Amino acid sequence: MGGAPLADVTSSDSSLRRFLHGLPGVDAVGLEARAASLGTRSIKTTAKAYAIDLAISMIDLTTLEGADTAGKVRSLAAKALHPDPTDRTVPTTAALCVYPDMVPTAVASLAGSDVKVASVATAFPAGRAALAVKLADVRDAVAAGADEIDMVIDRGAFLAGHYLKVYEEIVAVKAECGAARLKVIFETGELSTYDNIRRASWLGMVAGADFIKTSTGKVAVNATPANTLLMLEAVRDFRAQTGVQVGVKPAGGIRTSKDAIKFLVLVNETAGEDWLDNHWFRFGASSLLNDLLMQRQKLATGRYSGPDYVTVD
Amino acid sequence: MSESERQFERLSVFKTYKLYVGGKFPRSESGRVYEVSDSKGRWLANAPQSSRKDARDAVSAARKAFGGWSGATAYNRGQVLYRVAEMLEGRREQFTAEVAASEGISKSKAAAVVSATVDRWVWYAGWTDKIGQVTGGANPVAGPFFNLSTPEPSGVVAVLAPQDSSFLGLVSVVAPVIATGNTAVVIASESAPLPALSLGEVLATSDVPGGVVNILSGRTAELAAPLASHQDVNGIDLYGADESLAKELEIAAADNLKRVLRPSPMDFSAAPGTDRLTAFLETKTVWHPTGSLGASGSGY
Repeated sequence: MGGAPLADVTSSDSSLRRFLHGLPGVDAVGLEARAASLGTRSIKTTAKAYAIDLAISMIDLTTLEGADTAGKVRSLAAKALHPDPTDRTVPTTAALCVYPDMVPTAVASLAGSDVKVASVATAFPAGRAALAVKLADVRDAVAAGADEIDMVIDRGAFLAGHYLKVYEEIVAVKAECGAARLKVIFETGELSTYDNIRRASWLGMVAGADFIKTSTGKVAVNATPANTLLMLEAVRDFRAQTGVQVGVKPAGGIRTSKDAIKFLVLVNETAGEDWLDNHWFRFGASSLLNDLLMQRQKLATGRYSGPDYVTVD
Repeated sequence: MSESERQFERLSVFKTYKLYVGGKFPRSESGRVYEVSDSKGRWLANAPQSSRKDARDAVSAARKAFGGWSGATAYNRGQVLYRVAEMLEGRREQFTAEVAASEGISKSKAAAVVSATVDRWVWYAGWTDKIGQVTGGANPVAGPFFNLSTPEPSGVVAVLAPQDSSFLGLVSVVAPVIATGNTAVVIASESAPLPALSLGEVLATSDVPGGVVNILSGRTAELAAPLASHQDVNGIDLYGADESLAKELEIAAADNLKRVLRPSPMDFSAAPGTDRLTAFLETKTVWHPTGSLGASGSGY
């Protein structure tokens, strides 16, 4: 929960609005320039090897398709446990991210390992359902053994300015989560402005999010370096103000090792080393893992690898 | 004479030669260029000096293009290649000048080389839908089966273009590779890369999908090494490598079981034959049961 300094901002819709609209405006040009300049850092040799393994350990290996089958989830679970079957020194991924009905399969496949089971819930990805339905969705996933819940906020309410409604929904979902960690998805591609992303970040954190997450991966614009940088600034400032640390998860559109390493540079230079751990930073991705593995093989053998040498999802 | 009538000498507009990768014209990722001079040592242009990362990017582009190109009908590939010949014909003067400068031959000889090159494209364009019949077919087997063999493209092929024959030689090694449905990463002649880089412009304006042919200029040895050891390259044509380099590359390529075409000097003015067409083809054989043969002698 938000610490004492922010306790009064959620007392009414107007005080919450006053607080969120009182946050400093985002310098869009400056933000994008900063994200772009951090993206030019050259990470090589041992630092690259470290970054690749760290990135692998931060992946929420995700399958969120209508066509998901239990078999697909099981094979992805096997991949999460042993990303490269030919090399047991590769770390496991952080979690396996599935739809709620696939949670039992995922839990059974990952039993006895450190890999967490994350489940999207609250009528993912649109979030257009009654609150009772969303809460039942969460309860189901938690009861089935999910360690983490990825919820979507009500973007319609947020954009219409009903911040308290969004806040109360997050609080209600958080209450259903119990011991499970809650990731709050803003769908940044639908929030239109950087100012909105900053407001949503603070709103989510005040409401008790354990993680703030960029997007569902189901819309045209997903995680970008700029919106992730903005959210990293928010979690840094939030901890400075309240002492509570919140994680960040960019999701969607991160496909290459180069991209992933750029995000890690953003984390290190913005939020700091405390976030360079899969407890506090995640990648929502699926194809990224294969590229990281190919880069890892390249570092180990000196030869460029190819898609024939990693598993097909 | 008034001011306005005075004749000013027009400033020359120099051409920036660039790589051709994935249907685009990037500079080298390394930012390097090297000087290209004519046979008498006079400066002609700066060409990009590609790095191994450019080679890697070219392989990715070629891999991406492979599905579409190998899946296109042979007839369609033939039409596309013929279109390249049409485009080459329209740029005849430019290529004649580049070939004459690069190879130190007269304009008229260079024009003959360009004609031979265009004819070579047309010749290979005609082969796309015929090579299957020549190298494949029905095999007689002792059993109730249809047994059919068809040639299929190997995949991504790295081509070390000839060092001396900068245009006719180049086309004679690249055209057969793509005619059969492979995609190519070409290392242009080190000392005379300009016709190859201009060929990229021709390919971009014909109907060849981006990534089917990718053209790199630079140091052959520097670029060939990562391509030979690359796990996602299926074949390599070592024509442009000297003996010691070829040996080194062959060892690297053997490590990942690449199909290798060893360098053997070739007279490019002579009719080429089908050797280069079949060099990067794999034969797929299908056994199809015909079922029990009935009274009519046929079960199908």
